[in-house]
Amino acid sequence: MGEVLIKTSGIAKEFSGVRVLDDINIEIEKGEIFGIIGENGAGKSTLVKIFSGIYNPTKGKLFFEGREVEIKDPIHAKAIGISLIPQEFNLINELNVYENIFLGSELTGKGFLAKKDMKKRTRELLKELETTINPDEKIERLSVAQKQMVEIAKALAHDSKLLIMDEPTTVLTQNEIKILFDLMRRLKGRGVTIIYISHKLKEVKSICDRVMVLRDGIMISVTGTVELDEHEMAKRMVGRELSQVFPEKTEPSEEVVLEVKNLSVRGLLKDISFDLRRGEILGFAGLVGAGRTELAEAIIGIRKKEAGAMKVKGRTVEIKSPNDAVKNKIAYLSEDRQGSGILISFDIIGNTTLISLPAYSRILINHRLEREKTQKYVDKFNIRAASLKTRLEFFSGGNQQKVSLAKSLDPEPEIFIFDEPTRGIDVNAKREIYWFINELVKEGVSCIIISSELEEIIGMSNRVVVMKEGTLTGILEGEHINEEEIMLHATGLKGVA
Amino acid sequence: MAVETSRKRFEYERFGPLIALAILFIISAIASPYFLQVQNLLNIMRQVSYTGIIALGMTFVIISGGIDLSVGSMVALVGGVVILTLNWAMGVFGAAAEAWAILFALVVGILFGAGLGALNGLMITLGKIAPFIATLGTMAIFRSMALYIGSAGVFRSQSNLFPELGMGKILEIPNPVVVFIGLAIIFSVILKQTRYGRYLCAVGSNPKVAKYSAIKVNLTRFISYVTVGITVGFSAVFLSARLNSMSSTTGGSNYELDAIAAVIIGGTPMTGGTGSIFGTVIGAITLGIINNMLNMLGVSPYLQGTVKGIVIIGAVLIQRKRSQ
Repeated sequence: MGEVLIKTSGIAKEFSGVRVLDDINIEIEKGEIFGIIGENGAGKSTLVKIFSGIYNPTKGKLFFEGREVEIKDPIHAKAIGISLIPQEFNLINELNVYENIFLGSELTGKGFLAKKDMKKRTRELLKELETTINPDEKIERLSVAQKQMVEIAKALAHDSKLLIMDEPTTVLTQNEIKILFDLMRRLKGRGVTIIYISHKLKEVKSICDRVMVLRDGIMISVTGTVELDEHEMAKRMVGRELSQVFPEKTEPSEEVVLEVKNLSVRGLLKDISFDLRRGEILGFAGLVGAGRTELAEAIIGIRKKEAGAMKVKGRTVEIKSPNDAVKNKIAYLSEDRQGSGILISFDIIGNTTLISLPAYSRILINHRLEREKTQKYVDKFNIRAASLKTRLEFFSGGNQQKVSLAKSLDPEPEIFIFDEPTRGIDVNAKREIYWFINELVKEGVSCIIISSELEEIIGMSNRVVVMKEGTLTGILEGEHINEEEIMLHATGLKGVA
Repeated sequence: MAVETSRKRFEYERFGPLIALAILFIISAIASPYFLQVQNLLNIMRQVSYTGIIALGMTFVIISGGIDLSVGSMVALVGGVVILTLNWAMGVFGAAAEAWAILFALVVGILFGAGLGALNGLMITLGKIAPFIATLGTMAIFRSMALYIGSAGVFRSQSNLFPELGMGKILEIPNPVVVFIGLAIIFSVILKQTRYGRYLCAVGSNPKVAKYSAIKVNLTRFISYVTVGITVGFSAVFLSARLNSMSSTTGGSNYELDAIAAVIIGGTPMTGGTGSIFGTVIGAITLGIINNMLNMLGVSPYLQGTVKGIVIIGAVLIQRKRSQ
């Protein structure tokens, strides 16, 4: 056994008397990649927030490099060599790469900024990471993957011994994930320890040395990934045998409910045509930047259409605002849950009836009706909340997503566009959402699913539309719906671009 | 887990300003024997009603994520127009129909206020100018218009009946107080019980989510500026009726500060998204009692601004502490 870098002894954390972490005892070795998995609300983020000084533990001791430490705040954590790379990056868009890397710890000479030294050091760091990012580039011009590289470089600039990555791959493409993993292995070779939190069990298996399973704040197991397959990981996370992930596909009817013809959006989409049948699940696949979200936004009237026509149930419609979309019974579940999906300062009721509020009020709002209807969704989706008056900021991601779903569903749409419906939520909640979508199509609702998870697209869709850089490269059916075909179309190696 | 704390905070938000007012009330009653006299209390209420009425509309604007700095100047301009209209209407309707002339001037005043509010609203929504900047501009414009029309003097009404509107009482309660309380009830119902109130909070909380939720964001914000214009109309009518005149130079001056202060002391955050009319009423009364007490205790009027400022800053600090 190697040298222990960080050790916890009986760590526990309570919020307002509720225990969210209990008796965590782990030892993580130097140069180890240590995975943490668990459902939403299992306590993964709470644990790493204790490591990085954002929370103080209620009980227990923390040892770093053999000495007991009490990490006061994130600055202190950074000083002793612990860096957290959060899901949402902490980079300032208006500044360039080297300014971000040295933000708050600028190198100076004679009282002035030593720009040359900072740039030189940045170049060295980026070279170590084998990327070609220019130190002078503005952050806003970088891709998501590049921003992540900059975050990592920032951590290394502070000689981090422990890197904590919270869901680093959710925003990355397959290729970028491969680059990230190569980098992680190189860092490991240099003796850097990495804690890796992810919902993607396949990735955890391939990159981590050992993995800890958390469930309801309790440490279920710490096991070498060699001895643990993905199925077993999932089983331990939920605490029971997982049944089939995807429901059986149903056969759509012949009736076309949505017809999109030659739709174009200036600079983003070109000549998109497809149709959607009643009770169908139409998957939309493509790489990041293929324009799928933009297409959805054009359909619901958020983006201005430059050209093209739309028919809903055979009738030509003009959809110029989300209001028009709602009138035409089209719902959209946004990929950006907190940015455009739900109001975190509102309670469940306020969110659930936000779109459909006219149905609850003539002059005054019928609060009782609102409450009753919301309660139905809470029961149906198994939303865990102390009360209907609880504000959404206190909810886990999965529960927020369910409220978002209830909100889009309440106006009783006939066409439902799901944009990354399962992003950042755990296996169990994912499964619940798949089954729910299946129930919808059985009731005759037609669904579009935009997803970056091929498994999801393949497992759910009747047909798959593949897009690349704002154009449609193919519509796949039947046996053509497979990973290879989709990737060939998504990268433009196959299909008309 | 954090649910319990959220409920506690919610209660604080609701009752914090009320508790502060109660404490202030008790201190005042002890400090001055005159404080508790009915006449004094009604006086306080009448004094706060002019800015209090505007604060009701200001609450809507602030909840929507905006601000309106132009309300003080708007009072002078609307008040001037009301008096000019009244004088003109008395000439046209004849002396016998003076009451009708007053009613006419009142309606014109409220509509004119709504119109000026609509001007602000259009610049902010369609023109996409930041509310602070747009209303800073109209604050200068409205004052200058009032000064120009009134030749930097006082608009004087020729009516003998008009002061009755400003001085009159219903069941011993001064008219402006009746209007203030009446409007407060209506505004509170709009905020808590109607679609528009919900949309206001949604727009102030996150305009993008509101837009995706098929809410007409621009219309919602526009209406809030028209609303504050209407409240300015009411305030200007009753203020000019009380004085039977309106000064183009000092009429309504600093009203924007008092109105905004009432909203903030009442617990509505400057960032918008939530708020309470009840709180705003409490905030307005709190400011009124502070002024009244300082007068009765003989504190220099020059120092009253300092006390007011400390109360505002203190209120915000307490709110910030609680939200953490």
